[in-house]
Amino acid sequence: MAKVLGMRCRECGEEVPPGPVHVCELCFGPLEVVLNWEEIGPKVTREKIQAGPPSMWRYWDLLPVEGQPTVGKNVGWTPLVKAKNLGKVLGLNNLYIKNDAVNHPTLSFKDRVVACALTKAREFGYDTVACASTGNLANSVAAHAAEGGFKSYIFIPNDLEQGKVLGTLIYGANVLSVTGNYDEVNRLCAEAGGKYGWAFVNINLRPFYGDGSKSFGYEIAEQLGWKAPDHVIVPCAGGSLVSKIYKGLNEMHKVGLIDGVPTKMYAAQAKGCSPITTAIKTESEVFRPQKPNTIAKSIAIGNPADGYMAMDTVRRSGGWADDVTDEEVIDGIRLLGRTEGIFCETAGGVTVSVAKKLAEQGRFGADDTVVIAITGNGLKTQEAVVGRLGQTVGIQPNLASLDAALSTEALLASTR
Amino acid sequence: MAVQVLIPTPLRKFTGNEETVFAAPGSIAAIIDDLDTQFPGIKNRLTDDKGELRRFVNIYLNEEDIRFQNGKETLAADGDAISIVPAIAGG
Repeated sequence: MAKVLGMRCRECGEEVPPGPVHVCELCFGPLEVVLNWEEIGPKVTREKIQAGPPSMWRYWDLLPVEGQPTVGKNVGWTPLVKAKNLGKVLGLNNLYIKNDAVNHPTLSFKDRVVACALTKAREFGYDTVACASTGNLANSVAAHAAEGGFKSYIFIPNDLEQGKVLGTLIYGANVLSVTGNYDEVNRLCAEAGGKYGWAFVNINLRPFYGDGSKSFGYEIAEQLGWKAPDHVIVPCAGGSLVSKIYKGLNEMHKVGLIDGVPTKMYAAQAKGCSPITTAIKTESEVFRPQKPNTIAKSIAIGNPADGYMAMDTVRRSGGWADDVTDEEVIDGIRLLGRTEGIFCETAGGVTVSVAKKLAEQGRFGADDTVVIAITGNGLKTQEAVVGRLGQTVGIQPNLASLDAALSTEALLASTR
Repeated sequence: MAVQVLIPTPLRKFTGNEETVFAAPGSIAAIIDDLDTQFPGIKNRLTDDKGELRRFVNIYLNEEDIRFQNGKETLAADGDAISIVPAIAGG
């Protein structure tokens, strides 16, 4: 019996058979995968999951693929780090970092969605995959396409960080650098979507792609000892991840893996691209698309496809949202680095600084379990912090020079 | 000359699988009415009961989102190009 029963429109409820489609023909709403819970529910146990591989595929029963994974077998099961030092700064005794900055193989949470989408692409019989990306998805699709022997076409905005461009080209992908911002890249890809018969991971495979993110939520709960956290702070770009983490936690409750989901979900954005957080903070029913202007390029999506879903998730869960300036983004990256030894990308700087703001607003109890979602690696966005971290101290290879240096202000400044 | 309209895959069953169709110049709202005359039923997919654009429908005039202009009152002239696209995820 198939695990995937069909696809359902989130907007109007229309159902269609399973396939590489993402938009409801009646209302243009997003389609979501409908899983066969009667079949899946009885099979899933804590013991079975714990006996599975140390990857996202330990939750195979809950993911929308029919066969075994054909790419990305080692994706996921990233560390949930107890953040004592950062917790002290924020006044939180049970603060955790879910660290997808060290996800395998391309150092971002996108490996989860791509492992799921490309396994599905093979099931649907595609030989070519494509995506529109702000960088992390580009890296991941290119890497997994190489692993799976797919041809790949990657569309990126032409102002991406160098690390993200190199980190795509290295895998032998065809990279198309589009003059314009991500929303323009996305429009072009939507127009190109059906034309070439490709599996566009964020277009026709979007429902399957999105569900890969549920594993981020499953892992948090399992790593907390089969318990949902009280609060999760998540960076928002297209707005999918925050909802999929929440969906994952609720599915675990549905199949009896955890007792309940008291979790409040929080959306974090940069002020220079904040359509979702602005709508939540102003209690608006609609979000206004924006023209992004922020160093947090990986989450600079001014017209978020899953914006309504993100707003709905945050509101239903009783959470909140906030946004921070580019200066605060850099502060957030530095703060996480200096307190926990974790180098996150700009999106992580957004999330850490928003978490700090929310803590200062008194939204968390001191003993609540709070999880900050770190979704990408700082080595990919070095441009953002160049010149902002203090300087190296040049010395000669002798003790006199070292002694002299150790007494200078410069060295003290750089270690502070 | 007329206004060129790019039709997304989910709506091509209305246009006999045509990817590009044409409408008379005017506001986006008038152009949607014109399309509905040519391809009956298409308007219902783009707008709700109150005649407002559905929230997952994106319309671009010469590559610019009409929400950054005058919404469905935005005017399209001879030779302009309109693109209708569903919302796209990613990142």
